[in-house]
Amino acid sequence: MKTFKGRAVVPGTAKAEALVSHSGFNTLASFQKSLMSGDKEATCSDQNNSEIFGKPMYGKALCLPQTIGSTTGGMVLYCASALGQQPACLLFSGPIDSLAAAGAILSDVWTDVSMPTVDNLGTEFLEYVQTGKTITVEADGTVTVE
Amino acid sequence: MQLNNEQQMILDGSQGEVMAKVMKTLVMYGETFGAERMVQVTSDKGHLVTSFGLSVMKPVYSLMQQLIDAGVMSKQQFSVDPRPLDKNVPANLLQNIVFKVMYSKQKQYEKQLQSMGLMSDDAFTCTCYMDEIGNKPQQGDVLSWAESSAVVYANSVLGARCNRNSGIIEMFGSIAGCVPYFGLLTDDGRKASWVVEIKTTKKPEAQILGSTIGMKVMEEVPFIRGLDQFIGNELNQQVKDYLKDMGAATASNGAVGLYHVDGLTPEAVEQKDALIRDDAKVYVIDDAELERVKSSYPIVWEDPSATPKLCFVGCPHLSLSQLSEWTDRLEKALQAAGRSKVGLPVVFTAAPAVKAKFELTADFQRLKALKIVLSDICPLMYMNNPMCRNMPVITNSNKLRTYTTARYCTDDEIVEAIVKGGLPS
Repeated sequence: MKTFKGRAVVPGTAKAEALVSHSGFNTLASFQKSLMSGDKEATCSDQNNSEIFGKPMYGKALCLPQTIGSTTGGMVLYCASALGQQPACLLFSGPIDSLAAAGAILSDVWTDVSMPTVDNLGTEFLEYVQTGKTITVEADGTVTVE
Repeated sequence: MQLNNEQQMILDGSQGEVMAKVMKTLVMYGETFGAERMVQVTSDKGHLVTSFGLSVMKPVYSLMQQLIDAGVMSKQQFSVDPRPLDKNVPANLLQNIVFKVMYSKQKQYEKQLQSMGLMSDDAFTCTCYMDEIGNKPQQGDVLSWAESSAVVYANSVLGARCNRNSGIIEMFGSIAGCVPYFGLLTDDGRKASWVVEIKTTKKPEAQILGSTIGMKVMEEVPFIRGLDQFIGNELNQQVKDYLKDMGAATASNGAVGLYHVDGLTPEAVEQKDALIRDDAKVYVIDDAELERVKSSYPIVWEDPSATPKLCFVGCPHLSLSQLSEWTDRLEKALQAAGRSKVGLPVVFTAAPAVKAKFELTADFQRLKALKIVLSDICPLMYMNNPMCRNMPVITNSNKLRTYTTARYCTDDEIVEAIVKGGLPS
């Protein structure tokens, strides 16, 4: 078990299974198919991200360095939240990027969904965490990997 | 964040609950990035990324309606990304049925856009900065735009200032008339943390070079050296088109919002090496590196050796010059092969205003004779149709490749494929 301290961009608590992407998370490419098909599991459709392609994202603790790609990214995350397909939380090793921040904040202000978002967890966080590990997020940005 | 009196009053509800939520969103967004204040949006017009009435994107249309019902409108007119549908683009019966269902909210959403401040009925393009469209910001203008390819072009080639805003956030900035001051709006945020040295033996394919840079630097700002030996030091139309295509790939294959090209882009010309941070990293791109990146693109067709059934050229939308150049190039290649028309269905995409202007030219008649379709849609939205995903589609767009099952081919490969009606060798 290891604990990491980050910054709570959108404070909240969560306990979920980790889904880890070591490369940039392309929000549009990842959610595109599940939004189109209404797939409640939000199966990742980003063919360029072999680590998480084909894996369900709904209810997972999404661990990533940053998001990349289309500027629909924040809107896509907002839609995923409003449609109940959102990850349990978003955990960034580095500083959050503008598209992910937009998605997290839009979800917080304009939906009833809780999707705690923590950034600046450090590179060691992404080196340590593995897909399938249990993650606990506290409101002050403390993240525990079991 | 320190708000002025008006902004604070809005946040406190002086203009109603919905407007307060718009301001709250912008404040939270800014505070996340350490913004200490808001700055005024100074561009004449905005640009929105969400152009499609996709039935599953109901939350966006509900939010739009909330804004409209509350009288919360954009303070500036705006353009928007391309429409999704055009009956002239080849599609079978089943695909057309799915298109109708998928984009069933299109008319309703376009009405919402008109209510919100859409600049005209044909302001649907990802290349709103082209002369024909009427939404070209000035150097130094502060923008509240989204659409990754337009943002990176406006920042890099035009010297305007815009963050890589998300859809919805960009509209909120146009509504509030202000955006949080951080990132690419600031002098410091526009400094390069990468020096990219081009050491190839020939002019790099714009779309592969952009992809290579984007995948390496991600969201950071690159200062590109050595490109002038291939494209010169004059920001003419051909160079602007090259940078448009390169930039779109940096933004979609990575998250680049601004690049500088030594001796070419406005800030690089003015500030030269002063734009480069002292601790900037160096990335050398040679022929082998471009080939490594190109060969890493996955081919996700069910049958990798299938004969292409459709070819898209124009993501981002083609310029007037590019339409003529492509027409010329294909006409010559077909003539050389003893053919009078393309060997597979080909769609060129361009902004409605560019398309309208091109249709008045003799080149358009030549293009029609080759049986090429000219459309103003977004190819990505075509490929979103589940009935299109399994189609073997080729494209010279690295953005389209990234987001869909379309297979990337270089410009030369595209020409070969179109002439012979099959995959390039």
